[in-house]
Amino acid sequence: MADSTLVSMRGITKTFPGVLANSDVNFEAKKGEIHALLGENGAGKSTLMNILTGLYRPDEGEIWIKGEKVVFRSPKEAIAAGIGMVHQHFRLVQPFTVAENLILGSPRPGRILNMKQVEKEITSISKKFGLEVDPRAKIWQLSVGEQQRVEIIKMLYRGADILILDEPTAVLTPQEVKELFKTLRMMADEGRAVIIITHKLHEVMAVADRVTVLRGGKYIGTVNKKETTKQELTKMMVGREIELSSNQDDYNPGEDVLILENINALNDKGYPALKNVNLTVKEGEILGIAGVAGNGQRELAEVVTGLREIQSGTLKINSKQYCNCSPLEIIDAGVAHIPEDRLGMGLVPSLGAVENIMLKEYRKKEMNKGLFLNHKLLKKKTGELIEEFGVKTASIDSPVKLMSGGNLQRLLIAREISCQPKFIVASYPVRGLDVGAIEAVHRILLEQRKAGAAILLISEDLEEIFALADRIAVLYEGEVMGVIRTSETTVEEIGLMMAGSREGEKVS
Amino acid sequence: MSVPQIAKKEQGFRVTLEKRGTTPYLIHFLVPVSSVVAALLVGAIFLKATGHSPLEIYAMMFNGAFGSMYGISETIVKAIPLMLTGLGVSIAFRMLLWNIGAEGQLYMGAFAASWVALFAPDMPGYIMLPLMFIAGFLGGALWGLLPAIPRAFLGVNETITTLMLNYVAILWVDYLVYGPWKDPKGFNFPLTAPFRDSASLPTFGNSRVHLGLLFALAAVVIVYVLLKHTRWGYEIRIIGESQNAARYAGMNIGKNILLVMLLSGGLAGLAGMAEVSGITHRLQHGISSGYGYTAIIIAWLSKLNPWAIIIVSFLFGGLLVGGFSIQTSGLPSATVFMLQGLILFFVLGGEILTRYRIKLQRGRK
Repeated sequence: MADSTLVSMRGITKTFPGVLANSDVNFEAKKGEIHALLGENGAGKSTLMNILTGLYRPDEGEIWIKGEKVVFRSPKEAIAAGIGMVHQHFRLVQPFTVAENLILGSPRPGRILNMKQVEKEITSISKKFGLEVDPRAKIWQLSVGEQQRVEIIKMLYRGADILILDEPTAVLTPQEVKELFKTLRMMADEGRAVIIITHKLHEVMAVADRVTVLRGGKYIGTVNKKETTKQELTKMMVGREIELSSNQDDYNPGEDVLILENINALNDKGYPALKNVNLTVKEGEILGIAGVAGNGQRELAEVVTGLREIQSGTLKINSKQYCNCSPLEIIDAGVAHIPEDRLGMGLVPSLGAVENIMLKEYRKKEMNKGLFLNHKLLKKKTGELIEEFGVKTASIDSPVKLMSGGNLQRLLIAREISCQPKFIVASYPVRGLDVGAIEAVHRILLEQRKAGAAILLISEDLEEIFALADRIAVLYEGEVMGVIRTSETTVEEIGLMMAGSREGEKVS
Repeated sequence: MSVPQIAKKEQGFRVTLEKRGTTPYLIHFLVPVSSVVAALLVGAIFLKATGHSPLEIYAMMFNGAFGSMYGISETIVKAIPLMLTGLGVSIAFRMLLWNIGAEGQLYMGAFAASWVALFAPDMPGYIMLPLMFIAGFLGGALWGLLPAIPRAFLGVNETITTLMLNYVAILWVDYLVYGPWKDPKGFNFPLTAPFRDSASLPTFGNSRVHLGLLFALAAVVIVYVLLKHTRWGYEIRIIGESQNAARYAGMNIGKNILLVMLLSGGLAGLAGMAEVSGITHRLQHGISSGYGYTAIIIAWLSKLNPWAIIIVSFLFGGLLVGGFSIQTSGLPSATVFMLQGLILFFVLGGEILTRYRIKLQRGRK
């Protein structure tokens, strides 16, 4: 092993009940480099880094730090080995000062505190790396950018030479991002290894030396930035070479069903997630939303289903305004929703099939007998739907969490389709499904299109989008980069737009 | 799932907790039962340490509570408020609303019912009792609604607010019985004038078991039917299981918080009404010996199942009655509260075994 290798993780495998989060992943970081760990949400980046920082233990695999094999039993041991991590959510004590936060949990100051000494050290670190911050300021008085600086100083103060930053730019303004990248470069130049976890390609191109790509928990490869392009990285992140099998022979769209005009919305952290989004979906068409996950797709799905507040702009369904309506009003407008999070949102895991099938229709008069639910009818309906959609279940009363992913999705789609929707929002409808289930889901969506439903299909799989969508819109950092007819575009063009260039633009 | 160890040099066992995929039904029954047994065992250590024979004391308690018709009737008397408050608490817990305020809601129900009885005393029983019933329910319901409003609209933690409102309610009743409502003929005791007979709930035979028993049993049936067979009950269950799914299905969570806390408080209020109208026949200091708190243990032990609440309330009623009967042996009746505390402690602690299983692993410590 070369001397310059600080971290080497080999064959790391980690499973959580029912999820293979990392499967035989290799990762290496050298002295003096900025190494980007790239992958979509859920690709296993955070799991891998949580293993490196001692938060999780790998099921299999080895970790070597500075040429020595280590087994971390706790984050404390990882810190002692020189590993420091800045989490996406800062771990700072709000009412404490910067200096007080720094010595928290650190053995360095000894039993008798000399705050002046600590403060002096902070000042010298911050001067050296351009991390300006007042050691006596209380955390709550600081901006998010400043708090991040405190976290970085904290790592340096503890003597970390392997620095991990989880999505460090998510909370920063463009100017702050520039400053941060400068600091990172300085730290690397001093002989540290800097690892940034990200799913943003332009950041990788701007700051990284090498890039390791993960996809679906698997190791895809490590490349030098100089020898790669955004397109190649996109391909590595999103999937294999894509075969086109467009089947848009009978494209006769009708009226506009969904109209979004200048929609702005915030994400859960309160930062803009959708910026002036304009989209329409017509009767009998599938509009595919392409883009690397985490660029506003979830927020888009939630806005059109009434689950997320609209800051400004208008949402029309069948030419009626539905701005900031309750989810119930939107359901009543004939909108079906196949959400991203099947078990967390679309279904109630501990209840049976009947109680999940009735989730949206239990209010209807025909499902009730006066004051009481008509259990007989609901049971009959569930039986019919299970039959029709080929859901395999031990019994209709056993909790649905025992079903496989494919059956869960069939059950969910059965319920949503049975309401005869005019408009369907499908978020990652085949994620994690086997081939048979994927085919079934695609067939159902195409049938609905034929029957005249308007469908918004959000997917990270370009193959799926090219196969199903009549038109494709690309989301990038909350903005629509362009909307194109599927038959008039190529994977390359969509790939460029996914990397941030607008329709018709060339990427440098 | 096997967890391969990287290094196997060191000796010894490692105890790990592993999440269960599913929980067998038997576990749901075994865990609370063995928790109670464990609590009694630990309690036995205390009894032994204070120089008593645990077996003798436990036998004495059992006899006191279940050994005679009188004992059983007294146990039922105690079970009535426990059932009503336990049900109230359990329906709030269903929606993950931690209503710790059943005690205060009981007091406010007692207050409202007494107000009717004291200030409109001339009504005949068939008007008086229904009015007291409604007043008792409303008193508790509104007291439950009070913390529900900030919870529903601002997300204020209801655990703390419901708890604090207990003290307000208890002190309010104290203020009345020590002050303006004090019985002038009561030798300065903290109690109101006795109700007229028209304001007393009928009793069964010559026992103290009163009509409140039917309220409680009817409430069990109503809550069961509500949860299992109505739209509203379905919403309560969905919200309790998954707020995300409830929002996704278009359910109004805020509205349900308000309604459920009204019902939860109302049931506790009924317990208060039943106490003043069936037992004390007047409002007085300390009408509840912590029924509203015991209700939390009952709801938890019953796994929020309405039918189980009947049985568990009866057993806890027995524990209270048994507690009185051991005072002759020189033990303070507070021993019972210690036992109750132990039971809750073990039940909550045992809860983890329904969700996780203990696994011994050879290898590193």
